[in-house]
Amino acid sequence: MHWSVIAPLIVFVIIIFGIGFWSNKFVKSSDSFLSEYFLGGREMGGFLLAMTMMATYGSASSFISGPGVAYNTGLGWVLLALAQLPAGYFVLMILGKKFAIVTRKLKSITLIDFLRSRYNSNVVVWLSAISIVIFLFASMVAQWVGGARLIESLTGMSYTTALFIFAVVVLVYVIIGGFRAVALTDALQGSIMVVGTIILLVGVVIAGGGIDNIMGDLVKENAELVSPFGVGHAYSPAYVSSFWILVGVGVIGLPQIAVRAMSYKNSRGMHSAILIGTIGIATIMFGMHLIGIFGRTVIPGIELGDKVMPTLTMGVLPPVVAGIVLAAPMAAIMSTVNALLMMVSSTIVKDIYLHYIKPDASDDHVRKTSFLVTAVVGVVVVLMSLNPPEIIVWLNMFAFGGLEAVFIWPIVLGLYWKKANKFGAIAGMVVGLSMYIVITQYFPNVLGVHSVTFPVISALIAFVLVSFATHRKIKDTPEFI
Amino acid sequence: MKNERYRIAHREAWIGVALVIVNFAIWYGFAYGLGSGDPEKYTYVFGFPAWFFYSCIAGTAFMIVLIFIVIKFFFKDVDFEEEDED
Repeated sequence: MHWSVIAPLIVFVIIIFGIGFWSNKFVKSSDSFLSEYFLGGREMGGFLLAMTMMATYGSASSFISGPGVAYNTGLGWVLLALAQLPAGYFVLMILGKKFAIVTRKLKSITLIDFLRSRYNSNVVVWLSAISIVIFLFASMVAQWVGGARLIESLTGMSYTTALFIFAVVVLVYVIIGGFRAVALTDALQGSIMVVGTIILLVGVVIAGGGIDNIMGDLVKENAELVSPFGVGHAYSPAYVSSFWILVGVGVIGLPQIAVRAMSYKNSRGMHSAILIGTIGIATIMFGMHLIGIFGRTVIPGIELGDKVMPTLTMGVLPPVVAGIVLAAPMAAIMSTVNALLMMVSSTIVKDIYLHYIKPDASDDHVRKTSFLVTAVVGVVVVLMSLNPPEIIVWLNMFAFGGLEAVFIWPIVLGLYWKKANKFGAIAGMVVGLSMYIVITQYFPNVLGVHSVTFPVISALIAFVLVSFATHRKIKDTPEFI
Repeated sequence: MKNERYRIAHREAWIGVALVIVNFAIWYGFAYGLGSGDPEKYTYVFGFPAWFFYSCIAGTAFMIVLIFIVIKFFFKDVDFEEEDED
């Protein structure tokens, strides 16, 4: 490994540490610790909001495994990846102003605060808290392993050393800086993700002798590589379309994304965030996956999908530039784990500990507990990543779709439908989650669509029917909706 | 409840739904409308197969322009902090 490749990565890490310490000043001086630590004091402007949404959403799969799949299956996978475009505008437009106004009225700091005030139900709170802690914990471990493997393969260090370095970097700035550090580092990380994608795409097109040439080579090898159906007609229109639920509109139901929709300062910021975020997501998703398939003609015969992006970067770019581009997947992984860590920690501290166990905690006690819980969660994740237990690997498979099936309707209907009540919410959450686990486990791709499709639809039906059936039992419909 | 801020918020949420439907229609229509034939006989636009160019490149660019227009002309600024009267 070239030092000139590692140097940009080291500079990147130093800047991130700096941001952590700088944010810590705000955490120390803020007179409303919880709102500052877990929501950055609701001060984000448009650029920051766009970047933190995009960077939290874009993860190891956008930069490492996604391009690998495109490399093997062709343009059909780029088509599928673009089902993610709505993640850029849809979440902010739907949650949008309503969520911002309502959560301010209710003084909600976490997503669960909102659900608690909206449904007045401990069952809803506990179901939410348990889903968040279990699923996000599992996805955190998965991302963490991805981060350590990436460092391992770039530097030649052992997995354990790589894991340790990655852990120290992420934990320090998140624990001391809180949400503000997470959002600010996301802005840097998101920018690196966009710039890295553009540089590598240009590099790969040049190395492949231009687009005409690359397409010609692909058709010569196997014309199915340039069809929307993929090699061997692997992707049916129904299957590819169902990803619009999983990675497009369903993203509203991811708690780590939804909480960002309550953290911005004003509506003007939100408007520009919608535009910037959509352009950013379009660039990354289109660019990285196109790089994957173009790379097939530039460096043929890469066996392991996950090696495609790093191998191409080292193969077509000069060392220092390669270092900058390789910071992109690093940034994508960090910006996802830091959001998940904050989310799990805020659930444990604010939604469980302060609400059920110690409601009269002093400000100083809250501070100490928040730092401590964030640190402990982080350390446990690292220990699990050393040798991930099977249950974690299993849970991670359900994390993304499971969270969507649980949260999408309680959030959306809770915001827009007065008759939505706790019985409906509980029914929807239980039906969504249990169906998702059963379908994924026993009937994957039933009727040729992704396994998240029917659970999300059934959860909606259950929620609406039960709410209608029970709405006379609820005496006071919420005034704030 | 006659709340002006909520009226704006609801309208904009519906615009979001409409945009996703337009987005999906363009994406699906061009991809499978132009891409279902024999891949050996595709026509090409700027080096890309026509289905891919229109669905993934032009379609995405169109959505970005559309979002820009919608935000500029249809989205309204509201104050999040004020407690307005019903």
